[in-house]
Amino acid sequence: MALVVWGFTGLPDFGHYKGDYGRLLAKVAVPERKATDVVVSTTFDYRGFDTLGEEMILFTAVLGLVVLLRELRGEQEEEEEADDNKEGEAGREHRTSDALRIFGLGLVGPTVLLGVYIVTHGTLTPGGGFQGGVILATALLIVYLAGRYAAMRKVSPIPLLEAGEASGATAFALFGLGGLIIAGVYMKNFIDPGTKGSLLSGGFIPLLNIAVGLEVAGAFSLAFQEFLDQTILLRSPGGGE
Amino acid sequence: MSFLPYAVAAWLFGIGIYGVATSRNLIHLVVCLTVVQSGTYVLLLAIGYVGAGKAPIFADIPSNSTVVDPVVQTLTLTDVVVEATVVALLLALAMQAHKRFGTLNPDDLGAMRS
Repeated sequence: MALVVWGFTGLPDFGHYKGDYGRLLAKVAVPERKATDVVVSTTFDYRGFDTLGEEMILFTAVLGLVVLLRELRGEQEEEEEADDNKEGEAGREHRTSDALRIFGLGLVGPTVLLGVYIVTHGTLTPGGGFQGGVILATALLIVYLAGRYAAMRKVSPIPLLEAGEASGATAFALFGLGGLIIAGVYMKNFIDPGTKGSLLSGGFIPLLNIAVGLEVAGAFSLAFQEFLDQTILLRSPGGGE
Repeated sequence: MSFLPYAVAAWLFGIGIYGVATSRNLIHLVVCLTVVQSGTYVLLLAIGYVGAGKAPIFADIPSNSTVVDPVVQTLTLTDVVVEATVVALLLALAMQAHKRFGTLNPDDLGAMRS
């Protein structure tokens, strides 16, 4: 407790932060990269290498989650085959009303549009690949809420999600490699930044945003599906309430 | 009241740790961990605040205006992503534990293993 108090007394006064690095970035980022969202240009360009590591954390965590839950599925699917009426029960439980279905399916389009907008406009306004990717993943959850679980499985096969996640992560690393080949430094922005305020400004920042958006959307959709698999398809006779 | 944001961060951290220590349910424990991490977001953003600063997004403000530190905001974004992955992984582990031991109480888990 005393340690915490002692630590807090060393902090700068609220509102009087004097970080040279941050002030420098706020000053040079717009002229240098033509991207108006300095947070995004810091994330994807100046600290791009850290973001690569961050992406790998997400990638490996979802990988670990899939591995953990897959072992479980193997165990339980055998039990499920033993009594067939269990699945019929689960199917009935998740039938929704027509009104909810129409409302939900109407929401899917705008949600996907919003996600794509947030991803592509990350260089200009608040947003970016991480935020937009999560919004895209929620579109899948709306399909689940509005329709049936089977419909959700149909629009998003797991191999497709895995491919999206992996290609997003790979693309990010390859853009870094492109910096190494073209500009001589790993993760260096090697595309002409363009004009300030246009959609394609910021050099490779919008492309990295799309890569990250793809990866995050894939990763979170995969995580949602794995958890839903556990609760719906594989309701075990012993553990289910 | 310049210490208030730091006080909020410390309080979130403390109450979260208290929750983790006294939790009797693994899901509850994971949620308490997210409270601890919320404390770190508040702390990071409070450190980077510059008096009367705006968000560091120059889409519609003059390029020489005072803005808050973009670096800590980036760090907070990293923090959020890490938290999301940690929570997903811990929930998967909690499910595994429930499957193996039939309970989510950490105390019972220990008793059954020994």
